[in-house]
Amino acid sequence: MTVLLTITVLVLVAIAIWQMTKMFELSQLKTAQTEIANDTDNKYNGYLMFAFLIFIYGITIFSFWKYGKVLLPEAASAHGGDYDYLMLISFVIIFFVQTLTQALLHYYAYKYRGEKGKKALFFADNDRLEFIWTIIPVIVLAGLILWGLYTWTNIMDVNDEDDPLIVELYAQQFNWTARYGGEDNVLGLANVRMIDINRANVLGLDESDPNASDDVIVKELHLPVGRKVNFKFRSQDVLHSAYMPHFRAQMNCVPGMTTEFSFTPTITTEQMRLNPDVVDKVKRTNKIRAERAANGEPNSDPWEFDYVLLCNKICGKSHYNMQMKIIVETEEEYNAWMESQQTFSQTMAPAE
Amino acid sequence: MSTIAEAQVAHHADDHADDHDHHHHKETFITKYIFSQDHKMISKQYLITGLIMGFIGIAMSLLFRMQLAWPGESFPIFEAVLGRWAPDGVMDADVYLALVTIHGTIMVFFVLTAGLSGTFSNLLIPLQIGARDMASGFLNMLSYWMFFLSSVIMVISLFVEAGPAAAGWTIYPPLSALPMAQPGSGMGMTLWLVSMAVFIASSLLGSLNYIVTVINLRTKGMSMTRLPLTIWAFLVTAIIGVISFPVLLSAALLLIMDRSFGTSFFLSDIFIQGEVLHYQGGSPVLFEHLFWFLGHPEVYIVILPAMGMVSEVMSVNARKPIFGYRAMIASILAIAFLSTIVWGHHMFISGMNPFLGSVFTFTTLLIAIPSAVKAFNWITTLWKGNLQLNAGMLFSIGMVSTFITGGLTGIILGDSTLDINVHDTYFVVAHFHLVMGISALYGLFAGVYHWFPKMFQGRMMNKNLSYIHFWVTAVGSYGIFFPMHFVGMAGVPRRYYENTAFPMFDELTDVQVLMTVFALITAAAQLVFAYNFVRSIFYGKRGPQNPWNATTLEWTAPQEHFHGNWAGAIPHVHRWPYDYSKTYENGEYIIEGQDFVPQTLPLQEDEEELHH
Repeated sequence: MTVLLTITVLVLVAIAIWQMTKMFELSQLKTAQTEIANDTDNKYNGYLMFAFLIFIYGITIFSFWKYGKVLLPEAASAHGGDYDYLMLISFVIIFFVQTLTQALLHYYAYKYRGEKGKKALFFADNDRLEFIWTIIPVIVLAGLILWGLYTWTNIMDVNDEDDPLIVELYAQQFNWTARYGGEDNVLGLANVRMIDINRANVLGLDESDPNASDDVIVKELHLPVGRKVNFKFRSQDVLHSAYMPHFRAQMNCVPGMTTEFSFTPTITTEQMRLNPDVVDKVKRTNKIRAERAANGEPNSDPWEFDYVLLCNKICGKSHYNMQMKIIVETEEEYNAWMESQQTFSQTMAPAE
Repeated sequence: MSTIAEAQVAHHADDHADDHDHHHHKETFITKYIFSQDHKMISKQYLITGLIMGFIGIAMSLLFRMQLAWPGESFPIFEAVLGRWAPDGVMDADVYLALVTIHGTIMVFFVLTAGLSGTFSNLLIPLQIGARDMASGFLNMLSYWMFFLSSVIMVISLFVEAGPAAAGWTIYPPLSALPMAQPGSGMGMTLWLVSMAVFIASSLLGSLNYIVTVINLRTKGMSMTRLPLTIWAFLVTAIIGVISFPVLLSAALLLIMDRSFGTSFFLSDIFIQGEVLHYQGGSPVLFEHLFWFLGHPEVYIVILPAMGMVSEVMSVNARKPIFGYRAMIASILAIAFLSTIVWGHHMFISGMNPFLGSVFTFTTLLIAIPSAVKAFNWITTLWKGNLQLNAGMLFSIGMVSTFITGGLTGIILGDSTLDINVHDTYFVVAHFHLVMGISALYGLFAGVYHWFPKMFQGRMMNKNLSYIHFWVTAVGSYGIFFPMHFVGMAGVPRRYYENTAFPMFDELTDVQVLMTVFALITAAAQLVFAYNFVRSIFYGKRGPQNPWNATTLEWTAPQEHFHGNWAGAIPHVHRWPYDYSKTYENGEYIIEGQDFVPQTLPLQEDEEELHH
């Protein structure tokens, strides 16, 4: 069906192109045949320039109307609000400049289209004009730079204040593992050289390190709402990137070094599922999935919203499916979940 | 009028000493068409090689765009083109990554670096500065043939059994270093690295030649401030190429050492497929620094020549001087300088120290200032002009439009804070395709349409086909890349074989289909260009010697090509290249009935030197 549709579209486009050629040719029958633009060409292309301006505005409005709703819902982390606000302001500036400059560019192209005998203005220089449009970007950018750097410094300041929860996110082709510090909230030492698959030491923890024995290793990330989390990232094979779009958080995982990022989740999974934007999104998505189910296609189970951790650095064949579920819950729920997990020393097979 | 004629006769007369009679050398087929040392032939060789590579690159993008729009669907075309990498017509995930990788490599290096800068630097530098050829014709020939060799190696790598390089065009190790991480990181990656090493050597030979030629071989009177902006752009591009390409070579060499000789420059602590590798102490972040030390200047190596050509084509067709000539030169220099100290903005979340991120945010956003100056100057150049809307002019206006649209989102990506959540998503893909991909391609097309008569003995391309080419491409490019920003803002990562593993991306399939349909249409329009290009080489109508009524020197050279460019003496230059529509105080054109004054004409009595 889609193939047929594509072919139809392509055929129609080909016909349109053919018709346009004829139109251009017919419009020039009266004038001398030359490959240099004449007044008729200037006129048609001038009008098209104006039409193109309308097209640019049109596709902008269309995209916002049609795709505005697919954007990420409100930020679920403490710094996410600042991030979204800075993004909003940047977009307001961008759209103001975009609307204005595209209008000038295409309107001038239309307005000053060439005509035989018309005289262009010899206008080579104007210091005042140039000063104005140098200084305005300087001021606006200075503001954006300062604001951006202030926010950046705050976000990237990973410290131990406020008793943060320490969590390691461990990447490998093509899955994620999370490790908690356990009772002492301290991660045991680890290195890929200590990995012992036979004894289920998959993250290479140092068995002689007392801090390691109570570490908890899981395949689903649970976070208590309202408590700061300091993430430590490791990778065992190639570069990966831990991308948590709902929390406006991302950091690469680099073999040979530990990287860090810190944020405080502010909205539990349950609360987020009640967010009107998310409710709408789930409704739309499940409609698509119901259609698939009706057609007997895969990926058709109904979906329930969950936070998710994605890999966002090309890492090989299954890069597109390297994910882990994130659950933000209340302190009590989190503690109950943690209680039910086994520690590293419990899961390790005894030495042979 | 008589004074003009006399002046011209006079300066021709005392210049016959310069006449070297280059065109009397006997040339065989091989020295004329294959191992030619004539810059005009070399430029055509660059252009045609670049265009062929471009068609391969664009065809690849169509294949993976189809996979994105209709994931997992079976297409006979996949089976026909990809063979066993598309069993039953369903694209394999590894080959998807290979297509993305080679598409990027080909478009950035082979089309937009060699095809654009190689073609037009070669064609225009000697012709516009008034030289008989490049400083070294032999090195120039060598440069082309090394480029040809690297293209051949890159194409051969597509036929390697385990597949071509597939680690993304940035080839970050360890993925690119370890064949067990990805099949494409075996022989395919070795060929990729060899091809790029040869390419870098070619680029350096070319760049050194351009720099020496511009500095030493300008004709009498052609001071630096009388150079057309094209030449300024080519010169500065060559300089940043010489500064940054060697760093990529060193990165490639170190990566070859890591891959083949067991060193640990970029690798450490790796456990893969059940065993620990011996690598210790290296860092992939070091590779990222080395790569982007070239990689970022590279995007300016791509866009600066396009900017230079757009400035020139726009001024000629607006029948007005380029607005703010000196500011344009200053902004080229500022952009070039800043381009070498912003590479870290590709690495905000690489694990690099956040303070370093702050520094790179600062330098990156500064680039917006000279860029804004350029955009405003172009717009002002159109104001009160007498715009001759030839295809070259349309592509120049289109370039300003996409450069603004794509450039503005750079304010978001260059801001380390805002980069966090859009890094490596489709937002980035949309940004750089508009600002350097499409814009540079528009520059290339503007150049081809404008200088085609200079390249092919006065033949001109068909204008109606060229209008269709422009308008379909203009609409299509926005159709592909504007909605793409929204996909990125929704959090969809780039380089995903399909987005079906995440229900949150289900409703975005719609957008993917829309973008792919636009991509197919836009690609079809490039066939119109290809047809027009090939047909015009053989059957194009011959126009006048100076079809666009331009002031610059290349149009004073005769249409037929011979080694040496000018039959008689090399013309001398007496004024800047932008005396369009210049009048005396009484409103009369300097030359009666002609709205431009060639650079070769001396200043007239009562004429003020009004520019800069």
